Amino acid sequence: MKKEMLNGAEALVKCLESHGVEYIFGHPGGAALPIFDALVDSPIKFILTRHEQGATHMADGYARSTGKVGVALVTSGPGATNTVTGLLTSHMDSVPIIVLSGQVISPMLGKNAFQEADITGITMSTVKHNYLVKDPNDIPRVIKESFLLANTKRPGPILIDLPKDVTSAPCEASLDAEVDLPGYNAEPLRPDKAGIAKMAELLAHAERPLILAGHGILISRAGEEIISLAEKLQAPVTNTLLGKGSFPETHPLSLGMLGMHGTAYANKALVRCDLIFSIGSRWDDRINGDNSRFCINAKKLHIDIDPSEINKIVKPDAYVIGDARTVLKELLPLIKSSDTKAWVKEVQGYKKKYPLDSKKKGGLKARNVIHQCYEIVKGQAIVTTDVGQHQMWAAQYFLTDKPHTWLSSGGSGTMGYGFPAAIGAQFGNPHERVIAIVGDGGFQMTLAELATVAIHKLPVKILIIDNKYLGMVRQWQELFFDDRLMGVDLEGNPDFIQLAKAYGIKGFRVRNNASVKKVLTEAMNYNEGPCLIHAEVMKEANVFPMIPAGQYADKMILKKPLTKMEKPTGST
Amino acid sequence: MNQTKPNKEIYTISVLTTNKPGVLVRISLIFASRTYNIHSLVVSPVLDGRFSRMTIVAEGHPENLDQVIKHLNKLVDIIDTHQPKKSDSIEVELALFKLKYNPEKHPSLLQIIQHFKGKLLDLTDDSIVIQVSGKSSKIDACEKMLQPYDLIEVVRTGKVLMSRKTQNLTALSS
Repeated sequence: MKKEMLNGAEALVKCLESHGVEYIFGHPGGAALPIFDALVDSPIKFILTRHEQGATHMADGYARSTGKVGVALVTSGPGATNTVTGLLTSHMDSVPIIVLSGQVISPMLGKNAFQEADITGITMSTVKHNYLVKDPNDIPRVIKESFLLANTKRPGPILIDLPKDVTSAPCEASLDAEVDLPGYNAEPLRPDKAGIAKMAELLAHAERPLILAGHGILISRAGEEIISLAEKLQAPVTNTLLGKGSFPETHPLSLGMLGMHGTAYANKALVRCDLIFSIGSRWDDRINGDNSRFCINAKKLHIDIDPSEINKIVKPDAYVIGDARTVLKELLPLIKSSDTKAWVKEVQGYKKKYPLDSKKKGGLKARNVIHQCYEIVKGQAIVTTDVGQHQMWAAQYFLTDKPHTWLSSGGSGTMGYGFPAAIGAQFGNPHERVIAIVGDGGFQMTLAELATVAIHKLPVKILIIDNKYLGMVRQWQELFFDDRLMGVDLEGNPDFIQLAKAYGIKGFRVRNNASVKKVLTEAMNYNEGPCLIHAEVMKEANVFPMIPAGQYADKMILKKPLTKMEKPTGST
Repeated sequence: MNQTKPNKEIYTISVLTTNKPGVLVRISLIFASRTYNIHSLVVSPVLDGRFSRMTIVAEGHPENLDQVIKHLNKLVDIIDTHQPKKSDSIEVELALFKLKYNPEKHPSLLQIIQHFKGKLLDLTDDSIVIQVSGKSSKIDACEKMLQPYDLIEVVRTGKVLMSRKTQNLTALSS
């Protein structure tokens, strides 16, 4: 019997299978029909989302929590444009996802066909690379290249646009195609020995070294190396928002997160250090608001896999381009143990003098709810967040010890990320506890995925920190704009418990300090399916410490100043 | 943060890229998003048309140049981006000048053409077309000299560059 030739879509699905894809998150449509037809006969599980943005965040959450490439599948036109926010989110945070989009048939390209969007043009600046496939025989190569591009070097999102006639036509090419990327070298770089030697020398002379641990440590899986480095140097470690989990935040040398809403002790240490060693962080403006004053008296060391990050913001005294783990492995033998006792003592003093506020008096505070949640689960959870006040409180109070258990939209600050990302993380980690800590604002941007989480009976815990405000914007309007509030009032939020009920999701309500522990304990141990915890918190709490945008860490404030503050000079 | 930005400068950048649709968009996005303005861009296929060589002349702030070059190099389609050193490269541009034909001014015009080693390409009873090639600065000088001669139109190719060094492009074709 003559073997039937695969069409483009079938070849595509076979290639995805051979790359170990377990789940595809997405939403169908006309131009993607051949791909959906091919999925019928595939072991890959298709997860139908309620919106394409949700699908991209699920793929992102899956990728961040497993290290594997997350895959989303959407149709042309609005289906494709709805993925742009998700692509930006993954792009800014270096997350490997692949978005497959259906496209109108090739003869109609550029003719404003029904549901046509020039999605490769639209997404060029929000992806690592993208493709418009014009020949079914290119599909195996494009898929192989996409997986390689997505998850090597600095990872990032790839979009593959697939016209319907291309996925319908026969694919004669071998499924085991050769990659053809003459402009991309995926081979690991051999780190520059001179740069490493210079780093070792500067470290040997540092009296007050501070390690700045970024997302690159997680991506390169340099967890052990970073601990060895910190302990050998006896250097305190502070982490970026995305660096949570790169170095255990319960480690005695950890100062937690630094920056705009970082811990006071991390920011004090930043101002005082005589050497700052960034490993896989990009000196982002949330930690470096005023580069003209940033650590001007400290030596700056930088390890990054992306050459464009070197000298972009900070001019380092020594740098090495490369994978953090590989570079650290070569650096470690050159490190001499140094005497930093006085420095560590000084930093420990800051920790005692400027602890995070944990007072519980008064109404129900968001930070107490989050901290209580942390204590109940003893930190054992994959946590996702949205963006805003609750995100910063979660970063401060929900300490992260293990890699790949903190998923938050850092670079792009995408509201609506947390809940779908938690769904993706739960699919990728069925035996882990996954908690989505979200605000009432962000949650309402992607809450349509309540249907997705309910249908799959995923035991995701949705903790809504509801202050009936877009709290972070309100905080800025209060502090910098004379409390002239505009566009931040969320009074009239739905009854989230009733909403959950409508989807058949178990709801819990927390209204006061007395019930927090009991209710949260019950919710955190509820595993019959998803549950939603509605925490009605004080409306007008502010996140502190705070460094106003555009300022250096020495301008940090620990509470609301009595005098009027100047409008921040930073962008946001 | 009220730093005044240094003056803009003009840079020549040489790019070797795969010859695929959309590459030019990716490249121009890198310039545009860093507020660089492209003055001229010359593209031609090399090596059986699988690759393209581009010579780009662009104006922007010096502080952004390093980022422009690094981000160009980061593009998956780009094989190499660099700023050619003047001493290592040969630079040529070609220009066509259309002028109103004026018998009275013609003798002095011919002198200018001769001085710039230009060619008279076309002559009608009301217009004259001249071709001049050489370094861009030479073309600039020529254009200035031609201004008093009722210059109607100027078309310039933009700068093309070639390195004096021997480059092993054949390695790419394998």
